Amino acid sequence: MPAPYLVAENVSVAYGPVRVLDRVSLDVARGELVALLGSSGCGKTTLLRAIAGFVRPTDGRIAVDGRDITHTPPEARGTAMMFQSYALWPHMDVAANIGYGLRMRGAARDEIARRVDEMLKLLKLEGYGGRAISALSGGQKQRVALGRALAVDPSVLLLDEPMSNLDYRVRLELRHELRALQKRVGITAIYVTHDREEALTLADRIAVIDAGRIAQLGTPDEVFHRPSSPFVAGFMGADNAVDVVRAGERWTRPPPGAAGAPVRAHFRADRARVVGAGETPAGGLVLDGVVSQRVYLGTEYRYRVRSDGADFWIEDGARRDEGTSLRVHVPDDALLVFPIAA
Amino acid sequence: MTATLRPRWPDAIARTVVVLLLAFVIFGPLANLVLWAFAERWYFPNKLPQEFGLAFWKRVFDPRGNAVASLGTSVAIASLTVAVTLAVAIPAGYALARLRMPGRILVLLVFLLPQAVPNLPVYVNIARVFYELGLNGTVLGVVLVHTAHGLVLAVWIASAAFAAVDVSLEEAARNLGASPWRCWTTVTLPLALPGLIASAIFVFLDSLDEFTGTYFVGVPDVTTLPLLMFNASMGGNYQIASITALLLLVPSILFMLLVERFLKADVLAMIGR
Repeated sequence: MPAPYLVAENVSVAYGPVRVLDRVSLDVARGELVALLGSSGCGKTTLLRAIAGFVRPTDGRIAVDGRDITHTPPEARGTAMMFQSYALWPHMDVAANIGYGLRMRGAARDEIARRVDEMLKLLKLEGYGGRAISALSGGQKQRVALGRALAVDPSVLLLDEPMSNLDYRVRLELRHELRALQKRVGITAIYVTHDREEALTLADRIAVIDAGRIAQLGTPDEVFHRPSSPFVAGFMGADNAVDVVRAGERWTRPPPGAAGAPVRAHFRADRARVVGAGETPAGGLVLDGVVSQRVYLGTEYRYRVRSDGADFWIEDGARRDEGTSLRVHVPDDALLVFPIAA
Repeated sequence: MTATLRPRWPDAIARTVVVLLLAFVIFGPLANLVLWAFAERWYFPNKLPQEFGLAFWKRVFDPRGNAVASLGTSVAIASLTVAVTLAVAIPAGYALARLRMPGRILVLLVFLLPQAVPNLPVYVNIARVFYELGLNGTVLGVVLVHTAHGLVLAVWIASAAFAAVDVSLEEAARNLGASPWRCWTTVTLPLALPGLIASAIFVFLDSLDEFTGTYFVGVPDVTTLPLLMFNASMGGNYQIASITALLLLVPSILFMLLVERFLKADVLAMIGR
């Protein structure tokens, strides 16, 4: 494995007594896109801002390409950030926004113009150079913000929830464009998001962040299929949790007063399958329950099932009424079993 | 429905009367001013001047007359006041907008003090102190008095103008290689400029109209337009006073129209925060 390009080592950030980041370590290879995934307030944006130089770590170090930048001011770091609000300057036109970083680096006028044209072409914004920022649509603003960041050929591209202000459809389209662009330019990027789907489709690796710590760092496949903790499992969509015990080849609900410590099995709603009342498939977990709620999803229904004390969701194509009894089977490979936290 | 569509006469009449009264209160004195400005002769008990003419305008604008000179003094003092005020208000406003320091509101209130207490005792004391410092009767003395007066508005508006500039816009500039100073000159200042221009206009107009402070600190060596107007009307020379008043009215109206363009809602919303 090549030496990591961006290194964050035991980075801690505290606002007064509140610890926002707690000894976070992260290595990013050159040309890699790492997504920082977590719910709001988990510290993912703080980590990004610490790398950009807007937040001073109370502890730890950050280095890019072997150069320690922990105490370097933001303007001397060579990183470029794309802000959630885009932070485009309304008093400059599109070309001036994109060319700003080069202007600050003292580039010649014709070189700036050439690079701006290159960016406009790359982002399919030809002819937009003289437009006012206020005359752009959300998707266009997003492209300009990206172009402004890419124009300086940054060491690391930092993206702070760049899609959160866009319509769902525009988002889907831009997601793939962004990924293709990042691969083509070959830039190292860190992408902050709270959207699991976005992280899964975009990233080479995902760092799931919980309460200021990295809960799991791995490829999308690893994080999705082999979550390392109940939190990650829940965050990746395995939000059903049922206490179970081992019974030979299969898992069952712990019988009342049973010996042996139960464990907790997490599974995704779309991996549970409704089976016939008398059917007992081999392995896995079989649950008998009653439909307590029905939600229409369009192609399928989502049912809330109550099974002696346990409560979980399943997805199924057939329409069932509330109060219907049914038997549910979850195959072994869909079960994520963790010890129950004290 | 039909009841609301039919005009309600008492209502309409009442509204018309109120509007007319308001117009009279506002434009009545102004009309009087205009009449006086062009009256050659106007003696009691005539309701209108007996003779109209431009003789007094000639006198006012006579290059040897003191009206043109005091207009010059007034504009010079107002311009200097704007310069001094902005030199204080820009850094102070930026600091108040960006630094989350304790006692921010207290500092804002301190700038309010010169306007909160009665003017006369303050100016009498300033005049005394300035006399000892040799500032009485100097343009500098008058400028300082006007500055103390203008700082409230200027600092409050400047701080609101800077607060309305999103911090992420500055961060984006720093992030792309701008030093703190270049970030300030290329992003912060241009974005706050409309608000700063508005505050400059207010200070300029305030200084142009200022009378009390100028009277105590400037007289008799510094004569501004308001002082000239005061002397003219005290001497019963209503034509000169009216013409001076009209002269003072012109920049006020022009600048007020401009201020309306420069003071945006997002800045107004930040005032006093």
